[in-house]
Amino acid sequence: MNLARILALPLRQLYLYRGSAARVVPLFAWVTIDMVLWGFMTKFLGSLAHTSYRFVPALLGAVLFFDFMTRVMQGVTTAFFEDVWSRNFLNVFATPITMPEYISGLLLTSLATSLVGLGVMIAVATIGFGLNFAAYGAMLLPFVLVLFLTGMALGVTAIAIVLRFGPAAEWFVWPIPALLAPFACVYYPLATLPAPMQWLARLLPPSYVFEGMRAVVSGHSFNGELLTAAFALAILYILLAYWIFARVFRHAVQTGLIARYSAETVS
Amino acid sequence: MPDAAPHHPRATHDLPAPPPVLRVENLRKHYGPIHAGVEAVRGISFHVCPGEIVALLGINGAGKTTTISMILGVLEPTAGSITIGGISLAHHRSRALACTNFAAVYAPLPGNLTVYQNLRVFALLYGVHNFPARLAEVLDAFDLHRFRDTKCGLLSSGEQTRVGLAKAMLNRPRILLLDEPTASIDPASARDIRSLIRDFARRTHTGVLWTSHNMYEVEEVCDRVMFLSQGEIILEGDPRSLPAQYGKSTLEELFISVAREPLDLGALQP
Repeated sequence: MNLARILALPLRQLYLYRGSAARVVPLFAWVTIDMVLWGFMTKFLGSLAHTSYRFVPALLGAVLFFDFMTRVMQGVTTAFFEDVWSRNFLNVFATPITMPEYISGLLLTSLATSLVGLGVMIAVATIGFGLNFAAYGAMLLPFVLVLFLTGMALGVTAIAIVLRFGPAAEWFVWPIPALLAPFACVYYPLATLPAPMQWLARLLPPSYVFEGMRAVVSGHSFNGELLTAAFALAILYILLAYWIFARVFRHAVQTGLIARYSAETVS
Repeated sequence: MPDAAPHHPRATHDLPAPPPVLRVENLRKHYGPIHAGVEAVRGISFHVCPGEIVALLGINGAGKTTTISMILGVLEPTAGSITIGGISLAHHRSRALACTNFAAVYAPLPGNLTVYQNLRVFALLYGVHNFPARLAEVLDAFDLHRFRDTKCGLLSSGEQTRVGLAKAMLNRPRILLLDEPTASIDPASARDIRSLIRDFARRTHTGVLWTSHNMYEVEEVCDRVMFLSQGEIILEGDPRSLPAQYGKSTLEELFISVAREPLDLGALQP
């Protein structure tokens, strides 16, 4: 892999962010609003319940981490959409860049943009609502890593969908996190779900993370095997997402869709 | 199909002709199902030598852009092979594409980046060394210094074409693909651009594959022309002598004859 070619994509994105407030504001605006909303919601729930349940790390923390995963996915898709919106596919894919380099460039871009969002969320949640990350102990890093990997897998799958079905398919992509949220057990324990939904939830790495977070903040231990399962699933989904994108790209090169992408379909 | 021994515009009897920078052999492209669909390119073979400027001519839909897309690696051929600088495009895509570049009126650079930013990004993608010096050279060559920090979307179509050409020459390609490079430029600027591309090709021994509907331009610039009709190369030769060989006074007349009666070309035989 050629590092210069990989870096071309984050550099392009940096240039775009530097020149456009419309791109910079969404990096932190929506996550700030989410933190404020769920921060007050958490405070309210805490005032209602007469238990020792720690709403701030369990609920506000879960929302924060789910938002982070969403930002990772959107970091990948937004960097890809820049090529869609500027009709730049022909220019980019006629260069020596390889598919792993292109995907790596998108992921690197996503890492940078999602870390900005994470930083803002951490600042609002800790300063505004007293979220203490020490509550998660040593599990914090693995939790974040699983969510980051899952966000990457979602992002790559999403861009495969858009490449296959054309620019209008962008609207399939934005609601993906909302569709996953009920199954990811962000707001409630897995046991709350009916059995068929639990089965689906167990296929999603975030559900293990959020179950684990609730267990840890309640003073219980989190089964290491479940964390391993979450990692394994996340890595499996990344490989699967890459395979799907590679197949879709091959189809686009065979049919001429790359050269005529604005037509959306060549059939 | 015409693919005689490699021709070089400045080859002498004393020196062996250098190997072609682009060799296309039995290239085919079939869109859609095998027994239906459309065969856009039908087993064409040709080559481009270092420093040679070759025109690929034909009416709209003749297969020119399909051919160029295949050479750029963004369209997979149904059959045949493409070799760029001796490197097989099918087997070593990245290495082969590092030897190419292109400019096309339908592929402008992103309008939301400045000239400098676009060239910086593509310099990384093409592995250009010593970018500041190369940037200065191409900005000079295309008179783009004053637009260095202007967003490409704010430039006129002619200025955008010049930026596209600057990008195309950034990596000193061995084969340059130009799809109607002067289509949106005024005649005076077009003449300057032609002169620039011709000098670039001669000086750097870059092969150029050029499509155009401007026969005056083709006569002025190209060493060799190939007429593509319904996906096949049906005529090839020197643009200055070819019309007379077929009883026509100009290349444009020959083009029109080929366009109107491609299957009746035998009647035109010298």
